[in-house]
Amino acid sequence: MTDIAAKPAVAAAPRRRRAQITPLEYTRRRWLQIVLLANFFFLYFPIVALVAFSFNDSKRNITWQGFTLKYYRQAYENAALHEAFTNSMIIAATSTLVSTALGTMLGVALHRYRFPGKGAFDGWIHLPIVIPEICMGVAMLAFFAAVNIQLGLFTVTVSHIAFSIPFVAVVIRARMSGFDEALEEASRDLGADRWQTFWNVTFPYLLPGVVAGALLALTLSLDDFVITFFTSGPGSTTFPVKIYSMVRFSVTPEVNAASTVLIVLTLTLTVTAMVIQSRSTRKMTARG
Amino acid sequence: MGNGKTIISIRQVTKRFGPVVAVDDASLDIAAGEFFALLGPSGCGKTTLLRMLAGFENPTEGDIIIDGKAMDGVDPNWRPVNMVFQSYAVFPHMTVARNVGYGLRVTGVRTEEIRDRVRDALALVKMEGYEERMPDQLSGGQRQRVALARALIKRPKVLLLDEPLSALDAKLREAMRLELVRLQQSVGITFVIVTHDQDEALSMANRIAVMDQGKVRQIAPPAELYEFPNSRFVAGFIGKMNLFAGRVVGVTGGRVQLEVRGLDRIAVPHAGPASGEIGIAIRPEKIRIDRDAPADGRISLRGRVTEVAYYGDESHVFLENATGVTITANVPNEARTTTPSIAIGDELWLSWEPADTLVLTT
Repeated sequence: MTDIAAKPAVAAAPRRRRAQITPLEYTRRRWLQIVLLANFFFLYFPIVALVAFSFNDSKRNITWQGFTLKYYRQAYENAALHEAFTNSMIIAATSTLVSTALGTMLGVALHRYRFPGKGAFDGWIHLPIVIPEICMGVAMLAFFAAVNIQLGLFTVTVSHIAFSIPFVAVVIRARMSGFDEALEEASRDLGADRWQTFWNVTFPYLLPGVVAGALLALTLSLDDFVITFFTSGPGSTTFPVKIYSMVRFSVTPEVNAASTVLIVLTLTLTVTAMVIQSRSTRKMTARG
Repeated sequence: MGNGKTIISIRQVTKRFGPVVAVDDASLDIAAGEFFALLGPSGCGKTTLLRMLAGFENPTEGDIIIDGKAMDGVDPNWRPVNMVFQSYAVFPHMTVARNVGYGLRVTGVRTEEIRDRVRDALALVKMEGYEERMPDQLSGGQRQRVALARALIKRPKVLLLDEPLSALDAKLREAMRLELVRLQQSVGITFVIVTHDQDEALSMANRIAVMDQGKVRQIAPPAELYEFPNSRFVAGFIGKMNLFAGRVVGVTGGRVQLEVRGLDRIAVPHAGPASGEIGIAIRPEKIRIDRDAPADGRISLRGRVTEVAYYGDESHVFLENATGVTITANVPNEARTTTPSIAIGDELWLSWEPADTLVLTT
């Protein structure tokens, strides 16, 4: 009986004019859809164009002439670009390792301990996140000049470590906030010393945060321009700085090719890290 | 029961957190093989005391001696005690077998021995076959068993349990009480349990220490605690109690004459000194309700029923006498009937044995 009664109502539904949009159905709003599409367009079209024109068989980046890989070879054979790329890798790897280790320790310490002047320390330590990069670059340069350290790979790496630490610390601290301290106490109670407890219990819990922090540090270091520009010396030019200097003469497909390589590289790293992280998070958090 | 040898000795232990005194001059001895309960309302210091036994906190003053050794400055990993945490604290990234074997692994026990002992420990808590499960695939009760096995595998002198049953549902809690007692008897290890649930303490422990505001108020076996509380606090905290304020007006041959506000003058047996203002207490189940005046020798008064609370097995009857004093009596529902025998407004006689009256001087 109820089925028969319900049928005409269902049939009538499509004839009605567009149903009222409730607040939770915001995705149905036409203007929101347009804003979203515009966003995607301005964000991704330049990147797609950049990648596409790296295969363009033309000296200039204006019209499509035909498919070629020669600019990849040209970029590969460009010794200066090669050196810049190697520099970037060395700097990024070192900076990621050191800043992740220090940032993890900082995040754990800030979560766990209370000490005099913690508020001020907390503020200071996070300054690199809010301070304009240009100021930090100038400050670093002035500092290295003052203490008479030759600009080079070392100064760039140190600067990268300095501004990456707070980002790692923020991620670690967020991860720590969900940690049950009783787990560490249980480990101690069962006969483990502090060192064993950290590596057996605390670190496995932190791991997704450590991976996320390391990833953040890596990308920050890989694509940093401003601070690197101020703190690099002869022979320590990084990839972004090198590309900038190439673009000053002309935007050749060689630059596109080099940039595309960088995009593919960071994308691969990010996806890998995300997969690792989601796997371990599933294991860690699904404990009801 | 304990075999007499003292395994834990807490001597004048005080613990301060800044201005807050969590444990205030606590002294108690626990015998080997005992099932000992620390009972008290939340914030009474019982958990702090337990954590001092485990080594997570250090006493501000006083000494803790476990198995003949002073524990001052001894880290948790070197103490002959193991703990079952309120949250169970089962390591989420390890299988059941790795959780249970953890305490042996970190201290360098041989792999084959670990395997055997893990198997035995899981059998002890009836968790065979769960070795390769992850904690998130277990129920709350199963996780607790893992926590128990993980602590017992270390063969501690004392097992500490921090509110072990509070996270379980009512039915499972009741079953686990019996099982914990059975487990304790089979392994013969001293159990020290912290609880705020008096039923838990009364039904499981050999002896109970009642704590309040950091102080140990009374240490006694369950029945003694219930029938002979030493203070108004303990009398009111354990079970239900009718408490009155009164005054001693005379002492003659082991009996004291009392003047109780709102009641008649009564005489009850009481050993020990008593004078001035005191507290008088009677358990609701010791009070009998009659339609007719009770026999001589019982303390009796007349009252009107103001409220009846039905609990199935028994009913709690609230009566008020002519001077406005309210008394609660528990009446067992012995007959199988739906018609209540006592109704609001009934005028009835209350009576109890003089010996059932408690005289509380503190």
